[in-house]
Amino acid sequence: MSTPVLLQPLSELQVLESESVHIIREVAATFESPIMLFSGGKDSVVMLHLAAKAFWPAPLPFGVLHVDTGHNFPEVLEFRDEAAAFYGAELKVVSVQDYLDDGRLRERPDGTRNPLQTVPLLDAITEGKHDAVFGGGRRDEERARAKERVVSMRDEFGQWEPRNQRPELWSLYNGRHLPGEHVRVFPLSNWTELDIWDYIAAEKISLPSIYYAHEREVVHRDGMWIAVTSVTPARQGEQASVRSVRYRTVGDMSCTAAVLSKASTVHDVITEVGLSSLTERGATRADDRLTEAAMEDRKREGYF
Amino acid sequence: MATATYTNRNTVRHGRTLLRLATAGSVDDGKSTLVGRLLFDTNSVLTDTLDHVEQVSKRKGLDRADLALLTDGLRAEREQGITIDVAYRYFATPIRKFILADCPGHVQYSRNTVTGSSTADVIVLLVDARNGVVEQTRRHLAVASLLRVPHVVLVVNKIDLVGYSEAAFTRIATDFALLARSLGVLDSHCIPVSATEGDNVVVRSPGTPWYDGPTVLGYLENVDDTPLAVGSEFRFPVQTVLRPQNAQLAPWAASAPEVDGDYRGYAGKIESGRVRVGEEIVVLPRLSHARVEGIDTPDGPLDMAVAGQSVVLRLDSDIDVSRGDILAATDAPPAPVREVTGTVCWLAERELRVGARVLVQHGTSITKAIVKVIEGSLDLDFESGDVPVWRPVDALQLNDIGRVKLLLASPLPIDSYREHRATGAFILVDEADGWTLGAGMAGSTPFPARSAPAHLNGFDSTPAQPEVRRS
Repeated sequence: MSTPVLLQPLSELQVLESESVHIIREVAATFESPIMLFSGGKDSVVMLHLAAKAFWPAPLPFGVLHVDTGHNFPEVLEFRDEAAAFYGAELKVVSVQDYLDDGRLRERPDGTRNPLQTVPLLDAITEGKHDAVFGGGRRDEERARAKERVVSMRDEFGQWEPRNQRPELWSLYNGRHLPGEHVRVFPLSNWTELDIWDYIAAEKISLPSIYYAHEREVVHRDGMWIAVTSVTPARQGEQASVRSVRYRTVGDMSCTAAVLSKASTVHDVITEVGLSSLTERGATRADDRLTEAAMEDRKREGYF
Repeated sequence: MATATYTNRNTVRHGRTLLRLATAGSVDDGKSTLVGRLLFDTNSVLTDTLDHVEQVSKRKGLDRADLALLTDGLRAEREQGITIDVAYRYFATPIRKFILADCPGHVQYSRNTVTGSSTADVIVLLVDARNGVVEQTRRHLAVASLLRVPHVVLVVNKIDLVGYSEAAFTRIATDFALLARSLGVLDSHCIPVSATEGDNVVVRSPGTPWYDGPTVLGYLENVDDTPLAVGSEFRFPVQTVLRPQNAQLAPWAASAPEVDGDYRGYAGKIESGRVRVGEEIVVLPRLSHARVEGIDTPDGPLDMAVAGQSVVLRLDSDIDVSRGDILAATDAPPAPVREVTGTVCWLAERELRVGARVLVQHGTSITKAIVKVIEGSLDLDFESGDVPVWRPVDALQLNDIGRVKLLLASPLPIDSYREHRATGAFILVDEADGWTLGAGMAGSTPFPARSAPAHLNGFDSTPAQPEVRRS
């Protein structure tokens, strides 16, 4: 007879990791052609890391997809390619620039390209016949996302219908769908920004360098620190200065702002995130400031 | 024996554990304010969100920030001032992280309470101190009990509006304790609260010197969080079979297993109990036996793994195992059955009738099923001292809790839900459009319920059913 063992409850990160691995395995096992969105941003790196762990010691059974706005930080694109190779993931890139060049899309008056990702994304999903698309969205990010299911239905137009979502019970994920429909899957639903950083530290996960403090030429605009780049030049009357900054999210350069920071290691960042009084999106995403329901609108149209 | 390690993870360095909560209450019980207060008082609300709430409050002509606005979600909800769907909120203290499923109180959305309860460790149930226990409380408590939520805490809110009266609180707490007992609730506690004033939410209230229990947050931080599942028998639904064709050492993995051309590992999450290397297990529904040869993880091998962990198991023999099978302890494994009787919470607008064909999703398997019998629908409008009644019905409607017998196309090793929350649960799915129709729990209810008297069966039964039941 075995001696009883005093069992400590699993730690928060162990529970979150096990839950995400379970979700990723369920989807890989029950869908024909899943694909994982991968930008090189911290959430997508954590998601890819979890996926690699989910199937270890077997290789990743699906590829990764990046919708490149053409305005991505070069450091992030370089990292994206390296990380995909590191985790053994086949990377497919679709380009918003191609759509702009041949007229399928037109530049928005405000120059923001994040909303333009939706059409190339939906085209890539259709062309690849992908019936499940993993995204790194978290419910703590934004109020519309707080209502999102882990496995979330999308109709033939890629639209989300928040008032008509399937109940999601226990850990029995129901992804049955009609032809033409697909599901979006959010394995990081229950993670918070701090959980992501704690996990990056615990697992020693590499990130693009711009997540850590570095010197950069910036201007202060609408309460945000915007890098001076070819995409976002200093406007008339704005005073550019070199500051120690880092990025909390690494979206499109045209709408992603930096925060003033001296956090140069993952532990510095954890301290900073733990103390920060601004939400991640509120601090650094101009596109979510457009209207009170900005994210809800984009999600309905098929954005992640 | 040597100390068994069930983890070698550096992630353990965070001693913080995770607790899942679900809220429930009627409209206007102040649930949003309570949740807003918990978020606010644990510093989980960041300045830009708070600025937004202050602006909106000002626009509405309020003299202070309406914390209920912190839980606003979709545009339609803001416009109508109601909550439509479960929203998930996150807050943390140095001891615990909390995932809160904020379930709307509207009666037509009570399927959300079922959804939220299915994964909850604690239900936070609200009543208005002026109204006490009402029908909705009874219903939510029955759902919490049916879904085997380990702990229920009753927040007696708006205690300031009854002059912080101890007598009022005691009356409600006594009613509630009786109800909880008759419904077989595992553990319950009552707290006098004013969410608007912040009394006993995070800070103890000077208005209730007669109450010496914990605040709401104190309760949540200290309630026993050992999952019941850890103490019960081992269950491991197989998600996928891992068979790497050749030994490839992933550059990111901490260690390599002995991977050769013959490697065959079964990936899954342990739903209950624990497993050690060398232990005998049974493969269900095949009923073949094997021993656990190894517990593999990318972070290195383990001697033991427990409920909640995702791992890869290797077996010592070459028996046939595939996705959908359940590896279980050899002691009292669930018999694979072709017929299952259980309680079903009906979550769809369309009704369920005898003869209906549905899909049953259980563990990692899906099988076809036919509804053989609907034995009754649970009438929770019972008098104190009495028990709920199964009313005979022809069909289950949205929000009904029914007793249903299903005939399965292939045998499933379904546990009794009362003992095994994960492997006793199933969902009913529409074969045509894939909609999730109902939440099923195999076996008997955790509380006694009697059948309606015989003379009410048949044509006499219709007038006996109160019209208001499905309002």
